[in-house]
Order: sequence, then structure tokens, then C-alpha cells
Amino acid sequence: MSVARPSHLLLIAVFFAAGIFIATFADAAWLRHQRGSATEQNRALVTQLQLTDLCLFTEARYTRHLSQADLHSAFQDHPLGLEKFPTGSLVAPPAHLIAAHERLDRQAAIPD
Amino acid sequence: MNAWIAKQQYLIDFTLSSLARRKAKNLGLLIVYTLIVFLLASVMLFTHALRHEAAHVLDGAPEVVLQRMVAGRHDLIPPGYLERLGRIRGVQNKEGRLWGYYYDPVVKANYTFMVPNREPVPAGTLVVGAALAKARGLAVGNVISFRSYSGKLFGFSVARILSPDTELVSADLVLLNEGDFRNFFEIAPGYFTDIALSVANPQEVRNVATKLAQQFPDSRPILRDEILRTYESIFNWREGIVLALASLAILAFAIFAWEKASGLSAEEKREIGILKAIGWETGDVIKMKFWEGALVSLAAFVFGYVLAYLHVFHTSAMLFTPVLKGWAVLYPHFDLPPVIDGFQVATLFFFTVFPYAAATLVPIWRAAITDPDSVMR
Repeated sequence: MSVARPSHLLLIAVFFAAGIFIATFADAAWLRHQRGSATEQNRALVTQLQLTDLCLFTEARYTRHLSQADLHSAFQDHPLGLEKFPTGSLVAPPAHLIAAHERLDRQAAIPD
Repeated sequence: MNAWIAKQQYLIDFTLSSLARRKAKNLGLLIVYTLIVFLLASVMLFTHALRHEAAHVLDGAPEVVLQRMVAGRHDLIPPGYLERLGRIRGVQNKEGRLWGYYYDPVVKANYTFMVPNREPVPAGTLVVGAALAKARGLAVGNVISFRSYSGKLFGFSVARILSPDTELVSADLVLLNEGDFRNFFEIAPGYFTDIALSVANPQEVRNVATKLAQQFPDSRPILRDEILRTYESIFNWREGIVLALASLAILAFAIFAWEKASGLSAEEKREIGILKAIGWETGDVIKMKFWEGALVSLAAFVFGYVLAYLHVFHTSAMLFTPVLKGWAVLYPHFDLPPVIDGFQVATLFFFTVFPYAAATLVPIWRAAITDPDSVMR
């Protein structure tokens, strides 16, 4: 009677692992189909109410409406009012405020 | 070919029994390695799916939102602004939006009060988000009262609760009638929080924004494109906690690789010496150790990735919730539709599996080329 060699067991384990790995992609496709209606409902509500942001962080006004905040709103509550909300360290300021601009200073003429 | 396969089989047999001899050490290694992959893969899967969802959902956001700034702060739009906007060529539709924040001391939560323009809510009633209804224990028909900023108490009955499926955008929403909103916040008729504009030709949006900025120097136009870009860069790898997590994981991994690359344990050296003494070639020893590194790193990658997938898409990223929630009371419950970027998975595979496998080979090669007698001593 032949005894199962460790390499054979490993081969089975590799096939099993590969199967699980591939199964995550199949499961993802199935879940996407399942959860598609919730996404469409969200989209319809955004259009209907003219919403601008996701309701991810409700603790501070500048993280609740991330895209509507200005660059320094996190620090505007009072002088030396340093940012204290945990989500302030999670997300970046709105994209349009931190976009790189042309370096116009190099093109401008220096006054005499 | 058959001989080559048979040889690899024997090498793998030997490698597995060698790993089994140092069970505790290798199991510990596998667990730590799996955790690193799990953490990185969870962040990667969650942020990618969330970005994708945000891009799809917010595609319905207003094309341009016009804010008014006073002394560097967001201020109300005064009467007359809306009429002047109509004269800008390209603006198809314009609506004043009324919305604001309200802190509810009962549950210590922040709400977003909003007036829906398209489906008005009857006076004296509210439509509330599902997370808010849960936090306050509200049901349709219940009466809820809020004390306004002027100190007056306002009572409303709950007309409808928004679907829990829409919590990602509506968890803290309180929709109310325009008259109720103006009375509650004492905002005079004609004033608005900001203005939502739609532009007839999508190519013209930037031109319209430029004209707005010129004609209303105290205003700030925010384009939909910019809203989408804000969410595209959310949890950017260069930002905040993601960077902290990634650098910790990378540091832990570097220590790992360093531990492996800086030398072998006396026991491992002895094992190599014995193998060489009984006739193994340097190439065989390296191959055996290559299999060892490859098996450990592959197993860690598959376990870590599959666990991360289950964590993000089957438990709604349970471990991230306390981090994302911060001090907030209201946090939406949402199940993200999984969107997996094959390129990201391949990058994760490359950066977690290859460095480890490579790092194990260098010290093995050094030990394998030395004299068996000196290695065994």
C-alpha cells in the first residue's frame, strides 16, 4: 500500500488554494450583481437630492462634506484650534485645493 | 523531464519535513507574514472598491456647485445671485440648495438638514436616514423635536425613513420642508446655502466656472469633476493612516527579510553542512531552500489575500469601522460591491512574495558554498 507523500499532499493543497483564490473573483462577480441595486439606489438619491458627498465621516463638517470644505477649515474653529478629529488624519483635503498650479513666478518680470 | 519532476518532488518532500521539524518557528513566521499580507490587501481592496463606488454614485452630483465666501468662510448666497446667474451663457438650470448641520445633544450626533428641491416634504414632517432613525429609535409616525439654534423647540413627525441600502449617502440626512428649514435656522427668504448648476454642454463646464469666478469674485465654483477627483484620491497611499499602516507593514517586512538575510540559525547551518557532507550539491541545497521560501510566501499570500477579501466584502470591513468612525456616532452600514483590480493584486503578489523568496536565498548560498566541516562545527 502506498503512503501519501508530503509533496502529493502539497499538490492537493496548492490546487485547493488556487481554487479558493479564483473563487474570490467568482464571488466578487456574484456580489457585484447582488449589490448592484443598492448602488443604483444611491446614485438615484444623489441625483434627486443633488448630493455632493458620501456620508462616511459625520464627526466634523469638513469631513462630512469633503468636497465642499476649504483647505484650512479643519483649523478655523479658533486660534491655535488644531485639528483634533480622527478622520482628519485619514483623508486628504479636496482635490481642487491641492492641485498643482503652474509656477508663474518664474515667468513674471521682476520689477526694478 | 520525468527525472526533473521526481527530483523536485523529493526536494519538496524533504523541505516539508524540514519545515515540520521547526514547526513553532515556521508557523509563527507564516502567521506574521499572513497578517502583513492581510492588512495590505484589506486596505487595497477596501479603498479600491470604495473609490469605484464613489465614482459611480457621485456621477449624479450637480455639475457645478457655487459657494459664496466671506472672510475666507462659506457664507449664505444673498437674494439676487440666482437671477444674475441666469445671464451666464451655457447655464441650463440653476437651483438654490438649502442645507446645514445640526448637532443633536441627545445622541451626540451631527445631522445634515436638507431641503429636497425635486420632491418637497410636507410641512411639519421629516424624511430621515436609516442610521439616524436607528440611533434615535425612530419609526414612521413618531414625533421628534429639535431645539433650534435660537432656543425654540420644533416638533416634526417622521413621514418616511430612507432605505437602509442608501446609507452610504444618506445615513445622517434629515429632509424637511423649505418653510420649516427657514424657520428652524432663521434664514430669510431668498437666501440659500449654495447654488447647484447644470451646464448644457459638458465641454463648457470649465468655461462656465471661469465666467462664474470672474463675475462673482466672492464665489467659489466646485465642479463635479473635482468632487469625483476628491473621492478618487480618498485614502491615497500617501495620506494619513494608509501611509502609517503601509510603512509599519513594510518596516515589519523589512525586519523579517533582514532577519533572514543576515544569517541562518546554527541549526539551519548544521543541516546544510550535513546535507553537503552526505553528498548534496550546492545547487540542490539552494533549490531546497528556494522551495521553502516559495512555499511559505505563497501560503502567506493566499491566506492573507483570501482573509482580506472575506473581511472587506463579507464582514463590511469590520476591523476598519472603528478607525473610519472616529468620534462620530452615526456611521453608515454599507456593503461595497467588490471591484478587484488585477494589476493591484499582481503588485501585492510581487512585493510580498518575491522579496522574501529572494532574501532567503542569499544566506543559503553563502552557507552552501562553505566547507561542510566548518559549517557543522
